[in-house]
Amino acid sequence: MNELLIQNGRIIDPSQRLDLHADLLIRDGRVAAIGEKLPVGTAKCIDVSGCIVAPGFIDLHCHLREPGKEHAETIESGGKAAVAGGFTSVLCMPNTTPVNDNPALTHFIIQTAKQKSPANVFPVGAISEGSRGERLAPIAELQEAGAVAISDDGIPVMSAALMWRAMSYSAGLGITVIDHCEDLTLSAGGQMHEGYTAIRYGLAGISGTSEDIMVARNILLAEKSGAKFHVAHLSTAKSLDLVREAKRRGLSVSCEVTPHHFTLTDEDVQDYDTNYKMKPPLRSQQDREALLQGLADGTVDAIATDHAPHAGSEKMQEFDQAPFGIIGFETALGLALDRLYHKGLINLNRLVELLSTNPARIAGIDRGTLKPGSVADITIFDLERRWTYDVNQTQSRSRNTPFHGTSFLGGPVATIVAGEIVWKAD
Amino acid sequence: MQSRGLLGIEPLTAEDIQKILDRSRFYQPLQARTGKKLTSLSGKTILHLFYESSTRTRTSFEIAAKRLGADTLSITAKGSSVDKGESLLDTMNTLAAMRPDAIVMRHASSGAPHFLARYLETPIINAGDGTHEHPTQALLDALTILDHKPSLAGLRVAIIGDIVHSRVARSNLHLLTKFGAQVVLCGPPPMVPKELERFSPLVSRTFRIEEAITDADVIMMLRVQLERHGSYLVSSANEYFRFYGLRLEHLKSAKPDAIVMHPGPINRGREISSEVADFPRSVILNQVENGVAVRMAVLDLLFPSN
Repeated sequence: MNELLIQNGRIIDPSQRLDLHADLLIRDGRVAAIGEKLPVGTAKCIDVSGCIVAPGFIDLHCHLREPGKEHAETIESGGKAAVAGGFTSVLCMPNTTPVNDNPALTHFIIQTAKQKSPANVFPVGAISEGSRGERLAPIAELQEAGAVAISDDGIPVMSAALMWRAMSYSAGLGITVIDHCEDLTLSAGGQMHEGYTAIRYGLAGISGTSEDIMVARNILLAEKSGAKFHVAHLSTAKSLDLVREAKRRGLSVSCEVTPHHFTLTDEDVQDYDTNYKMKPPLRSQQDREALLQGLADGTVDAIATDHAPHAGSEKMQEFDQAPFGIIGFETALGLALDRLYHKGLINLNRLVELLSTNPARIAGIDRGTLKPGSVADITIFDLERRWTYDVNQTQSRSRNTPFHGTSFLGGPVATIVAGEIVWKAD
Repeated sequence: MQSRGLLGIEPLTAEDIQKILDRSRFYQPLQARTGKKLTSLSGKTILHLFYESSTRTRTSFEIAAKRLGADTLSITAKGSSVDKGESLLDTMNTLAAMRPDAIVMRHASSGAPHFLARYLETPIINAGDGTHEHPTQALLDALTILDHKPSLAGLRVAIIGDIVHSRVARSNLHLLTKFGAQVVLCGPPPMVPKELERFSPLVSRTFRIEEAITDADVIMMLRVQLERHGSYLVSSANEYFRFYGLRLEHLKSAKPDAIVMHPGPINRGREISSEVADFPRSVILNQVENGVAVRMAVLDLLFPSN
């Protein structure tokens, strides 16, 4: 029998409406008991006084780049970065090379992750073959092989007809459709949020409308098809209103927001620094405030990183030549604590909902809970430790972040996957 | 002036700009003389790196450097290591390792010189970056206006054309408003987005050329940047010229001493009629002439020992 006793933590688990100071016993990789002063017995003990013990965090949106761009990230290095950020599970997007549009590749990702990644990796399959937006990928086969959602992330489906077929098929299969909502005809050539800063810098804009139109289209298709539709990295006030309205009408629509979108705005883009270049782009202050409101009032379901590693050589270019995206695993919790919890916008129960309970529900995976018998994926974090992010120490293979040198109040302390401590803060 | 190089007008103060204009005036008479060569930059090497086609700006910079006695070298993107897949930063690091004293560069990407300036010691002069800035153009435009008007403050300047894609318009907006000129922007709505008004309270816009020109002291025409958006953003060249091309009859509503400017290259019958291009108060060739004086001043001020 392999036992681990986590002592003296504050256990917060929204799935059981738990918030108490207690011990948590793990036996053979599963949660065995939660209670005050549990007997030690033969268990190995860790004392986490002053820390929060939560169901393991789940990132609904990341790019692990394997296969195809292993110089930027691998399933192993990405998994290590994930657990260093407190994530026990991640959903990896299918825009690898080749695209994850077939069960063999889904299988490869799952097997590689089992051997090499400390974090659980749940693949997201493609909506269309090669994400070319022409013919549906074998969605049922992808699901059978282990894909937990489908998406053509980054190369979104422009054809409403194809999206309609994908949604009606997925509704029957019960698999979530995630869409990177961007009308590519409106955003063509765009480099940053359409607004004053873009005009000042002479950079072509990516309008909020290019996102809103696709969110609206997809909500209409989801309503008609009954599909579970999840908006990836929602970034505008209008899109959030559309989601709010869809929820009011009882549709199965959810959305995620990234830490960079709730932290930064287009005015933070400085000096053509490509570490501020991502899609969707950093939006206006008004959009950011709407996201904060949505995080607080429950409209936003999840915080997801959109961890998007790019090698230094790719990012160190002219702004309009550099690829979109930044890494995000290791700074997500720090930003959520610093910018949301400590600012009084959300409480800890809501924070855990956003990072664990809700993502598990959206992905339809049996995680995000500390109920006895469930897999012991656990994130332990503190609220008061001051630390500064040094990207030179990152576990990721890439260093494209705007948060190098940023200081945080509170962050991950230890990450446990299936009962094993896979990462501990120094 | 910034301690190193000249990346744009936006970061400069009115005093910085005045200093360049004053020095430019010192070089203006030289242009008409027979013996033009000075020695103040003798021993200096100036590299001209043009990643985008240019006739007047490159020639103007090279002549300016040569008239100051500098050694100059000119590289165009074609036929260099760019064709071999080298990144911009690597190319520039390589060139910088040969220790030029300054690099004059033009690039199709907005911010390319700003990106390089973070990594290079060598001062960089921006000869036009994408749709961002073209600082020496705004300086020579200011010098040309001041050849005809006592001061910039209070002038009504109409800038007409493809504003959103124009680096000339941006640099001029910054410069003119720093000196208190009123700027009226005019063009088809997609080329004149409302955010432009946030540059300064002195900036306004209109979509009617007649309104822009009324009581104008200066009319600045811009070329449609076909190479940047591949179309007119309106239905045709004919429609564009009909509604936004400058013709002689328009000039009646401008101030009687209004001047007409154009950064070139001009497209007769596209944004400006032939009659206007050649009319007496068109100062297009004065702009070109002043370009050399302004660039001499900018190069000169780069090296404080001079």
